[in-house]
Amino acid sequence: MANPVPGTLRHALTNWRVLAGGVLLLLLAIAAIFASALAPYDPLDQDLAAQLAAPDWHFGADAHALGTDSLGRDVLSRLIYGSRVALTVAFVAGFLTAIAGTAMGLAAGFFGGWLDAVISRAVDIWSSFPPVLLSIILVALLGTGLWSVVAAIVLIDWTRFCRVVRAETLKQRRLDYVDAAVVAGLRPLAILWREIVPNVLPLALVLLTLEMGLAVVIEAILSFVGLSISSDAPSWGGMIAEGREVVHQAPWVLIGAMLVLLATVLGFNVLGDGLKQELDPVLR
Amino acid sequence: MITRILSRLLQAIPTLAGVAVLVFVLVRVVPGDPVAMMIPPGADADVVARLYAQYGLDKPILTQFVIWAGQALHGDFGMSISLRQGVTGLIFSRLPATLELVAFAATLAVLLGGALAVFGTRYAGRAGEAVVDGLTGFILSVPDFLWGLAFIVGFGVLLPLFPISGRNDPSYSLGLASDFILTESFLRLRWGVTADILAHMTMPAVALALPLAAMIARVLKSSLAEQMAQDYALLSRVKGFSRWHVIVAEALRNAAIPTVSLTGVQVTFLVGGTVLIEKIFSYPGIGSLAIDAVVNRDLPLIQGLILTFAVLFILINLLLDFSYALLDPRLRHG
Repeated sequence: MANPVPGTLRHALTNWRVLAGGVLLLLLAIAAIFASALAPYDPLDQDLAAQLAAPDWHFGADAHALGTDSLGRDVLSRLIYGSRVALTVAFVAGFLTAIAGTAMGLAAGFFGGWLDAVISRAVDIWSSFPPVLLSIILVALLGTGLWSVVAAIVLIDWTRFCRVVRAETLKQRRLDYVDAAVVAGLRPLAILWREIVPNVLPLALVLLTLEMGLAVVIEAILSFVGLSISSDAPSWGGMIAEGREVVHQAPWVLIGAMLVLLATVLGFNVLGDGLKQELDPVLR
Repeated sequence: MITRILSRLLQAIPTLAGVAVLVFVLVRVVPGDPVAMMIPPGADADVVARLYAQYGLDKPILTQFVIWAGQALHGDFGMSISLRQGVTGLIFSRLPATLELVAFAATLAVLLGGALAVFGTRYAGRAGEAVVDGLTGFILSVPDFLWGLAFIVGFGVLLPLFPISGRNDPSYSLGLASDFILTESFLRLRWGVTADILAHMTMPAVALALPLAAMIARVLKSSLAEQMAQDYALLSRVKGFSRWHVIVAEALRNAAIPTVSLTGVQVTFLVGGTVLIEKIFSYPGIGSLAIDAVVNRDLPLIQGLILTFAVLFILINLLLDFSYALLDPRLRHG
């Protein structure tokens, strides 16, 4: 069987959703990687003479293009550095969630029986809890900090992958090519790994893209309520919390952080929708 | 019907007991010591030991559970460590604020979602439907978290129409007997107070309601479309009834059943959503209390609040069950 992936990729680049989402996220990744070169100020530098300074577009040596916060820290620099936290959580939590959920979904869908019954019941119970409340309770149990946030995201969202991958695995298992593999004498695990996994993977990739956007939001929510990284370190959720406090005097802190968060989430969502169209032969 | 209600209520008891045990165990394995946070630096060992004894934290965990469960059955959930008040009293003084907010938000969501669905169905295949689809898609694509904040910036600061925090204007005393201040001020005909409370509740309620409204609009619109293709709807049209009449008076009731079941879970999510919305709007309900309890590692308060949320979720599910029975005659007699 010829590998269809390169052709699919080339075609995907003609899809405006994939392009728009991809470019947006690429810019964000550049901001995160080269934060120290791009940020005009140290994100932790306090300039108590310039507290809550309004955005200033004169691009002078001491101008704050997006203003400063209540400690005189440069908003633009903090937004740029904040992308590091957001993208770290997006990638680490996204991939871990995808791996955990996909593995459970494959196991439930492929082996069926009591294993499927146990996993499906767990998914049902688990996803009936409100996610925001659950994430706050989980972080309360795990302790605050970035890794607790990642763990909480994996524990909450694995069900999203599990549910979809299980359904897809059930569908694939009934197709003729799996019967053919059985007749050819492949062992069950070989069928799962060589035949079913490659066919489930595109779907998991789409879910992963959407999950990364969700992870960014959950991290922002937990920093907002003060349960993620320390409030000094630049994170978008922390900036939103701070901006909320000074919204009457300095709305730019809140607006800047909100817009960056919104753009990131929309970037992941648009990319995910585009990939769904490209990877699904029916939609394409 | 009454036996149905009673049996469902009885079924809720083991669920609650399970939640109580789970919460107690989970909270005990939390890393971090709540008492350590109350102790001033350099306090002597006697004071520390007395504090542990005061909160019962020096006893074996099984003993702690028996004491806690016994008190909980009498409605006593212990003392909040960070606020130094009884947990039960704290929760009961702040629960009404959350209940009124949830009721307001759920009403808004049903009205707005229903109106969008009916409008989209009336103008199916035309610009009106495209507007409804675009609007619901837009509402759902923005994370819930940002709606409340966007309202604060938009209608609280840039165009200051509504207050952005609290539940009522603190500059005068309410002089009301209960904590259901919206309901009570309305019933006592003190409508100036009611208007002030509503102004405070509008933005948090709309922010809570928007995602649910969009969800209701989508589900209801698709089941309305199914109903409108049925023979009875076509017959009504042939008999000369207007589209509006057929949708509102005939199709809506049949289309409502799948919507109620599909949005059932979403209503529990709405209650869960109050946690964040109350924090964003500094609204004094049990949601913001829960966040403060978690941030302060206030174990007795966290336990009491999780149980309170569990009771709320169970009650909402019961109400939803009974609303099916009201909507679907087959269930009433089954």
